[in-house]
Amino acid sequence: MTTVLLLTATGLGVAALYFLVASGLTLIFGLMDVLNFAHGAFVGLGGYVGWTVADRLPGSPGLVLGLLAGVAAGAATAAVTELAVIRPLYGRPLDQVLATVGLGLAIPALLQAVWGADARTWTLPGWLAGTVGLFGARIPSVRFLLIGLAMALLLGLRLLLGRTRAGLVVRAGVEDREMVTALGIDVRRANLAVFALGGAAAGLGGALFGLYQGSVSPGDGTSLLVYAFVVVVLGGAGSITGTALAAVAVGLVQQYADYASASLGDESVVILLAAVLLLRRRNLRGRPA
Amino acid sequence: MSAVEPVNTAANLLELEDVRVRLGGSAILHGVSFTVAAAGVTALLGRNGVGKTTTAKSVLGLYPATGSIRLDGRELIGLPTHAVARLGIGYVPEDRGVFAGLTVAENLRLAEPREQPKAGYPRVYELFPVLEARAAQPAGTLSGGEQQMLAIGRILLRRNRLLVVDEPTKGLSPKVAAEVARALKEVAETVPVLLIEQNLSVVRTLAGQAVVLDTGRVAHRGATRDLLADPARTNALLGVSTARADPVRADTARADARGGTA
Ligand SMILES: Nc1ncnc2c1ncn2[C@@H]1O[C@H](COP(=O)(O)OP(=O)(O)O)[C@@H](O)[C@H]1O
Ligand SMILES: [Mg+2]
Repeated sequence: MTTVLLLTATGLGVAALYFLVASGLTLIFGLMDVLNFAHGAFVGLGGYVGWTVADRLPGSPGLVLGLLAGVAAGAATAAVTELAVIRPLYGRPLDQVLATVGLGLAIPALLQAVWGADARTWTLPGWLAGTVGLFGARIPSVRFLLIGLAMALLLGLRLLLGRTRAGLVVRAGVEDREMVTALGIDVRRANLAVFALGGAAAGLGGALFGLYQGSVSPGDGTSLLVYAFVVVVLGGAGSITGTALAAVAVGLVQQYADYASASLGDESVVILLAAVLLLRRRNLRGRPA
Repeated sequence: MSAVEPVNTAANLLELEDVRVRLGGSAILHGVSFTVAAAGVTALLGRNGVGKTTTAKSVLGLYPATGSIRLDGRELIGLPTHAVARLGIGYVPEDRGVFAGLTVAENLRLAEPREQPKAGYPRVYELFPVLEARAAQPAGTLSGGEQQMLAIGRILLRRNRLLVVDEPTKGLSPKVAAEVARALKEVAETVPVLLIEQNLSVVRTLAGQAVVLDTGRVAHRGATRDLLADPARTNALLGVSTARADPVRADTARADARGGTA
């Protein structure tokens, strides 16, 4: 029982990270058809910028400011990426993808050049470093922070998409971008906003990944990005709720399988992906994913 | 008062001149030139695949074109689509362009102009009461005819100089097609329309002028009546006979008959 609880808490904590990274990825892909391979770089930058702040300013203020700095770094880098790299290549999807691949390789290399290849230890404030007892299981407190922030993001995104004009434009753009522009709406502004928002979530994800591991290293973003892509495919491009459900599924399956056999964790994700893709082909043909 | 120039320039709202479009490496439009009058319906006709939709999309800036496309003398080529739309070109695409996952109300809200966003609703609801009745319903659950009404009604919320409507009766039952055609006829009393349409009875009822495309070129221009009065020419250009069922007239006649007996 305690093992199940611990595995579930870990799975949900990992799912929170996947969701933070995948939510931006899925909106960017849904709206702009850009498979953003630079998204992992936003994660990495968020982690290092967050760590730098938290390392200089210990305790809870450092933690809060570190997370905010991670958010800001992710948002700013993503906004610059959209304006300087993606926008000049509108209408050339292959070039866009290649450019994001380039950025996705260059930024982690830059992180390594600045902060070194070795992991940097992220010291948590005391209240967050311990565990919380839950029905006899000792759950690391950080996991609750991850889950709480991911749920806040999910709620915020749903309100933004469901209740605001900007959200309406994004939802419509995910369905048919051309028709949105034909209604006189400059969809480029939505593109920039979605990129910045996705970058902010990814930056937060990077900083939280640092808290989760107790350290940051240059490859963090890339390793999260792989699972985030799986989550996007499972959840359906452009669907925030689908992405949240897929993140939970991947996180939990991965942890349970990993417990069953240490080598099975990653393979289980691939099997889950294959199974869902096969089922969807059979049952949901013709419906947008 | 010069008796010469204003008449002709004002009569032509939209002018296409030597418009060429290449898609996927092949030339689709090979220099299309025609004008759309500042009032009434101008039909754009032609067999499947001759480039009617491509012409519409290049007007909207959805396909890159060369040549010249002018609205009131103002060049549209090179403008992004949203800028073309804001100049007052309303577009009802061939696949209707309805956002299926959004409600009817949300589809309408997206089209609201910035100034006086609500001003157009009474007229749209008067023309298509079904849109008000189904406001909360996802647009994807509407019937084909209702989706077409949403696509047309939505664009009527905006202040349009010109509507570009691509095959609005495609795939609709004769009765619903007639309903859509009647609504378009009413719309065309206030806004000029460039109408792509395969149903010749609808064309006959609505369009004063007709332009016929053939493989990316203009093959015929002139009064619709003259074209359709010449079955051999119509058949040669459009590959169809003019002697077809006439849903609009039949339906109107039925309505008249009902009115007469009431
Ligand atoms: N996106 C595209 N890429 C390449 N070819 C296209 C594209 N869209 C249309 N075509 C081709 O252009 C021609 C004209 O198409 P279209 O304008 O849709 O014809 P119409 O509307 O008159 O039926 C067709 O041969 C079609 O196959
Ligand atoms: Mg067509």
